[in-house]
Amino acid sequence: MTLNITVNGKRHAVQAPPDTALLYVLRNELNLKGTKYGCGLAQCGACTVHIGGRPTRSCVTPVSAVNAPVTTIEGLGTPDKPHPVQQAFIDEQALQCGYCTNGMVMTTAAFVAGNPKPTEAQIRAALEGNLCRCGTHMRILRAVRKAAGVRA
Amino acid sequence: MITTLTPTRRDFLKAGGALIVSFSLPFAHDAFGQPKPDPRTQELDAWLAVGADGKVTVFTGKVELGTGVETALAQIVAEELGVPFNAITMVMGDTARCLDQFATVGSLTIYRAGPQLRQAAAEARHTLRELAAARLGAPAEQLSIRDGVVSTADGKRVTYGELVGGKKFERRFSGSAKPKAPGEHAIVGKPIPRVDIPAKVFGSHAYIQNVTVPNMVHGRVLRPPVHGASPVLVDDSALKRLPGNPRVVAKGNFVGVVADTEEQVMRAAQALKVEWGAAPVLPEPGELPNLLRGARAATKELVGTGDAAKAIAGSAKTLQAQYFVPYQLHASIGPSCAIADVRADGATLWSPTQSSFLTRGVVASILKLPADKVRLIWIEGSGCYGQNGADDVTGDAAVLSQAVGKPVRLQWMRRDETLYEPRGPAMVMAVRGGIDGSGNVAGWDYQVWSPNHAGRPFAGMGGNLLAGEEQGMGQRFIQAGADRNAKNSYAFANQRVVLHQLEGTPLRSSSLRGLGSPQNSFANESFIDELAAAAGADPIAFRIKHLKDDRAIAVLQDVAKLSNWETRPSPRGDRSSGVGRGVAFVQYDNYSAWVALVAQVRVDRASGKTRVERCWVSHDCGLIVNPDGTRNQIEGNIVQTISRALFEEVKFTRRSVDSVDWASYPILRFSDVPDEIVISLINRPDKESLGAGEPAASPVMAAVANAIFDATGARLRSVPFTAARLKAAMA
Repeated sequence: MTLNITVNGKRHAVQAPPDTALLYVLRNELNLKGTKYGCGLAQCGACTVHIGGRPTRSCVTPVSAVNAPVTTIEGLGTPDKPHPVQQAFIDEQALQCGYCTNGMVMTTAAFVAGNPKPTEAQIRAALEGNLCRCGTHMRILRAVRKAAGVRA
Repeated sequence: MITTLTPTRRDFLKAGGALIVSFSLPFAHDAFGQPKPDPRTQELDAWLAVGADGKVTVFTGKVELGTGVETALAQIVAEELGVPFNAITMVMGDTARCLDQFATVGSLTIYRAGPQLRQAAAEARHTLRELAAARLGAPAEQLSIRDGVVSTADGKRVTYGELVGGKKFERRFSGSAKPKAPGEHAIVGKPIPRVDIPAKVFGSHAYIQNVTVPNMVHGRVLRPPVHGASPVLVDDSALKRLPGNPRVVAKGNFVGVVADTEEQVMRAAQALKVEWGAAPVLPEPGELPNLLRGARAATKELVGTGDAAKAIAGSAKTLQAQYFVPYQLHASIGPSCAIADVRADGATLWSPTQSSFLTRGVVASILKLPADKVRLIWIEGSGCYGQNGADDVTGDAAVLSQAVGKPVRLQWMRRDETLYEPRGPAMVMAVRGGIDGSGNVAGWDYQVWSPNHAGRPFAGMGGNLLAGEEQGMGQRFIQAGADRNAKNSYAFANQRVVLHQLEGTPLRSSSLRGLGSPQNSFANESFIDELAAAAGADPIAFRIKHLKDDRAIAVLQDVAKLSNWETRPSPRGDRSSGVGRGVAFVQYDNYSAWVALVAQVRVDRASGKTRVERCWVSHDCGLIVNPDGTRNQIEGNIVQTISRALFEEVKFTRRSVDSVDWASYPILRFSDVPDEIVISLINRPDKESLGAGEPAASPVMAAVANAIFDATGARLRSVPFTAARLKAAMA
């Protein structure tokens, strides 16, 4: 069936079974591959996008349930106009393999937008559901603090 | 089946030479059953090309696994060639374009491939200087080189692009090119930002998971809950109603499915009914340490100095302890992915492997194609930390592509990766030791029992990958890694170190970061702490008095200063706070980087839960190429190994392996991450660069266990240090 979704400000008519996960529509139909498959179980956070500004696991969100505009990492910022969170991740060199980075950046972008001057505990709680295996957490925390305008 | 081959890793390191750049590379060819070294290693064009615009393309068999070597190797070449850093583009791991510099493993890339690329770039600079001398009519030794421009003192100049741009060098190595002295370095040693990071942050990085090729279809594999079971029924009747032309590929015990799109193949894989027959019975999990100690093994004495047994028998105080580390996972965030395009006369593989050439050889065997008709193009995947599913998925995709005659992309699902990646082996270490009347170690007797740590693609043996094993192909493995850091760094007069290399492994396993080093270091550095406590000595002072190596002593003294170490024996007197600190020291693989780590833990005595609050680390890996990259590796090693120490264990029963996802194989989360990791880098420009991809992982388990002992007086000798274990130990 045809479903209409808005992604990064553009409307798309998508042909897909309604229970198709948004993740696969983004990656395979719209060619937005910044959003990653990590587990398909909402356990790791690699697939995080914003739906109506809220961080959401696209791997368990049926495309038919998308009821607000979607923002992916490609829509967050660009090399010419980076989002402050992306700039902070570059400044702090806050990754190694980078496979989890989409989820870290998207979760952080939504978090700092709604939480000016967060505490360290709030920052860690916001990222608790996002897994990183390279162990770049110290750098990610530095990048989040920087993007949120707080000092350790 | 495992066949023991004679050369050990250390033997072929020796054969390759440590200080002299050997261009009979790579050093491990014979041991890993590879073809003879490529004669092109002496040809400049095999290593790099200069474009008309002065841009330089470097070809290397090493690959980027998320550790930053693409940037660090480019720094080395830019430095030596005399071009700006951003003039360099690295081509990595493509069997058609790059030389085999051996797999990207063992913290060997900067250590081994660094000098090779440095020498190639020095040869290129030497050649370019000669070409410029002829062009400018000036003696070569009077020319200066800066940013790819060769100049005379009176201002005549010619660019690299003008000298060879777009053409081949067609030169063999002169042997007379001398690399720069470290004092001349302007690019090596700088914290240059990594070249891959911006694309990863903007979502545009071309991971293997993002690659598409024309006419590609999608595959999935179906595997039993326990490795080794055969399919007794494959029922594809439900597939006929599904869109996307789903098609089953069954060959021996290999079962896969292919369909037109990824969504369609996932639905087809769910609809396909496979019944599995009886699986091999697994050990009782609680019996694993005893089972490992009793298993068939090749036993080898690694160290026999003095008379350990006699010295221990005659000591004032004797101790013994057994340590255990369970099977653990690489647990990459992205399940492995590959694309294969197999044609009648050859194949192209796109793979995130660590070992382009070895993997090509094994996949070619599975496909029954000559290896030289198979091209493997390496594409970065999720961080691997050793042999995760990257090689197996490449074999799977190739089998599916050959069966359907189209390019096939296959990304494993989370269950596939968690259940079928080759795990890091479980290990048991038993140590006996004695203290003499003056508080010195009189004798040390160490034994380790371990399955093989090198279940890698090797010697074109199809069965070394799942897809080949499932079709009944033969297996042969090199034996490596169980002995890594079994030998300690201390100058004990009487000591014995014995390796029991097990012939089999209850659960399929291979190389996980550091191989046996984190486990052996857990035992060695815990037991020396136990001896220090028995002697009533400060743990750092006790270590230092048994060391002779200046660089070992230097990192321990440095970390003591960095952490404001309070000199006293462990455990601490007042244990009410639950806070304690522990130290551990490792020289990685007994030849590589020196690392001393102090960990501070806080134990919640009521629950038994441990949190690592702070770490201080002193790290000496010789000449540092990129200090920020080195720090990133050190932080990553420490955080990842805190996770292994506190949380990680592959869960299984006699009938099932139960770790299949992140709920059943939990890893560290942000609330578990230390408040601070303070790093002291000891840079030694006059010493060769050593790797930093693994060394800082090795002391972590012991430093945490020693800190828990300091805080509580309870000694944990089994990883992971769960709340239940600690509560039991404190009771």
